[in-house]
Amino acid sequence: MSLRSAIGDGLVIARRNLIKVKRVPDVLVFVLLSPIMFVLLFAYVFGSAIDIPGGSYREFLMAGIFGQTVVFGATFTGAGLAEDMQRGIIDRFRSLPMSRAAVVFGRTASDVVYNLISLTIMALTGLIVGWRIRGSLLDALLGFLMLLLFSYSVSWVMALVGLSVPSPEVVNNATFIVIFPITFIANTFVPAESLPTVLRVFAEWNPISSLVQATRELFGNIPPGTPEPTAWPLQNPVLYSLFWSALIIAIFAPLAVRRYVRVAKKS
Amino acid sequence: MAEIIRADGLVKRYGEVVALDGLDLSVQEGTIVALLGPNGAGKTTAVSILTTLIEPNEGSASVAGIDVLKQPAEVRKIIGLSGQYAAVDKDLTGFENLDMIGRLYHLGRKKSRSRARELLERFDLSEAGDRPVKTYSGGMRRRLDLAGALVAESPVLFLDEPTTGLDLISRTELWRLIRNLIDQGNTLLLTTQYLEEADRLADDVLVIDYGKTIAQGSTDELKDMVGGERIEIKVTDSAHLPAASEMLGRIAVGDLTGDDRPRTVVAPVSDGVKQLADLLKNFEAAGIGVSEAVLRRPTLDDVFLALTGASTESREVEEPQLALESGRRGRGRGLPS
Ligand SMILES: Nc1ncnc2c1ncn2[C@@H]1O[C@H](COP(=O)(O)OP(=O)(O)OP(=O)(O)O)[C@@H](O)[C@H]1O
Ligand SMILES: [Mg+2]
Repeated sequence: MSLRSAIGDGLVIARRNLIKVKRVPDVLVFVLLSPIMFVLLFAYVFGSAIDIPGGSYREFLMAGIFGQTVVFGATFTGAGLAEDMQRGIIDRFRSLPMSRAAVVFGRTASDVVYNLISLTIMALTGLIVGWRIRGSLLDALLGFLMLLLFSYSVSWVMALVGLSVPSPEVVNNATFIVIFPITFIANTFVPAESLPTVLRVFAEWNPISSLVQATRELFGNIPPGTPEPTAWPLQNPVLYSLFWSALIIAIFAPLAVRRYVRVAKKS
Repeated sequence: MAEIIRADGLVKRYGEVVALDGLDLSVQEGTIVALLGPNGAGKTTAVSILTTLIEPNEGSASVAGIDVLKQPAEVRKIIGLSGQYAAVDKDLTGFENLDMIGRLYHLGRKKSRSRARELLERFDLSEAGDRPVKTYSGGMRRRLDLAGALVAESPVLFLDEPTTGLDLISRTELWRLIRNLIDQGNTLLLTTQYLEEADRLADDVLVIDYGKTIAQGSTDELKDMVGGERIEIKVTDSAHLPAASEMLGRIAVGDLTGDDRPRTVVAPVSDGVKQLADLLKNFEAAGIGVSEAVLRRPTLDDVFLALTGASTESREVEEPQLALESGRRGRGRGLPS
């Protein structure tokens, strides 16, 4: 099956997934409300509790919230696919002359749009509660692109999870057990340097840390006078997180597509 | 006429269960063939293999000369399928469902949209077309699903129990639609449990049971195969049934059946008119009241009974309902001896 029809069919499926935002209240809550809630909660509960010399903790937090939210957004990919596999519509897809990869491609693609919407809403909410972009606009744009790319890669991991579990609920548990700690043992909410040794080393090499570090830098949200990070990934956060995004996609995209073909075949 | 669907020795096992046990079939281009069989006969399994959804353990199959196992992607381009359970997206509207299917058949944006509207119209769904499918009734979903099979005007169509769950009006309307399709040269394989449906629609009927073809032919041929005429008697008082059966038994050329109706007995006979007249006189003399007396050609139900040793209706019933039928009933495996 040609790449062209894989992309074309993927877009048809992506469009179908996006139509659902309007119709399914769950999706709306997930995409629209939870980002607002995250920003407000962190900004007001933690934002005023911790002092950062020379800067505002609230500004420091924003990149972390962005990072965590888009990575969490990948849960949606997994749950959506797991749900699709239980639905009758999959039988229809299987009998159509469409690309076998389209269902998974379409799902990860529509999730980029969801994440874009979530990011926009979070940014607006952030701006309202006092967050500011202090670097150039171009850098900031780059920051958002990095967030989207990284979350796209995590979507492929969750796609594989979603296609390997018996029900959508299991995907949520998987997220909670794996993604939750990974996004916390990082520099999302506190500087990595302040963590105890074992956690610190993990946090320093955690790609989510470098993602957050990169966006923080690109948004100009690192307070002046903050000491240079000592770990290599945090010194080269853009490079390191781009590397991880590419690596994850290269490994998990083929695995997820293969898994889809396998799952769709039997039953 | 050319052969367009062909299957040879299809075997499909699910653990212990043998869903298909060496099924052969052949469908000529431009005809309607009905796969007729009771629950669990293997109809859906056969359709699933022919439409590339599942692979058989043994055997081979082709559609328009294309091997279903070796080139499934090519087969999908020329088939339309409506499965037993409606495969539509309930969060999308009827229009969005059909439009999406059109695009996945690569009809293009414009064609997909116009085709979707056209089919909604044809299946009487125009008004509901822009409502999410979750607000549809079961019959509406069924019709939408059937419309989905027709989106690409595929030359070969597979409909798995297309009219199950439809009311009489929708069913009759659908039969008309299906007939029209065939006039345009399409080929159709449909499955059904309804003898009447096969009788109405199909040029050829394939009776399957326990995963095997047990008979194939036009409905007339099948009826001839069972032979002759039937006398069907309904007595006024069930207490008279054994006596009536006894008298019918003496003139019958085969086994008696109860035809699944109370106080009724059916006998295949060789010289219908005369025997019926004699019989009615004898009944009168014996004081047996008769509320219905019919001389008729065998129905497909008779055919099924004769072929499988069990009625289509009573598959799940282990216990014979009427004593006189016990010889014919029960779950005889395979062909009757
Ligand atoms: N996925 C499956 N796993 C296990 N057994 C199966 C599976 N699919 C079908 N079977 C079995 O195979 C046999 C044939 O099933 P099939 O669905 O083909 O029957 P059918 O003729 O379509 O029946 P119905 O009229 O009830 O739809 C049945 O005994 C069924 O239990
Ligand atoms: Mg079936």
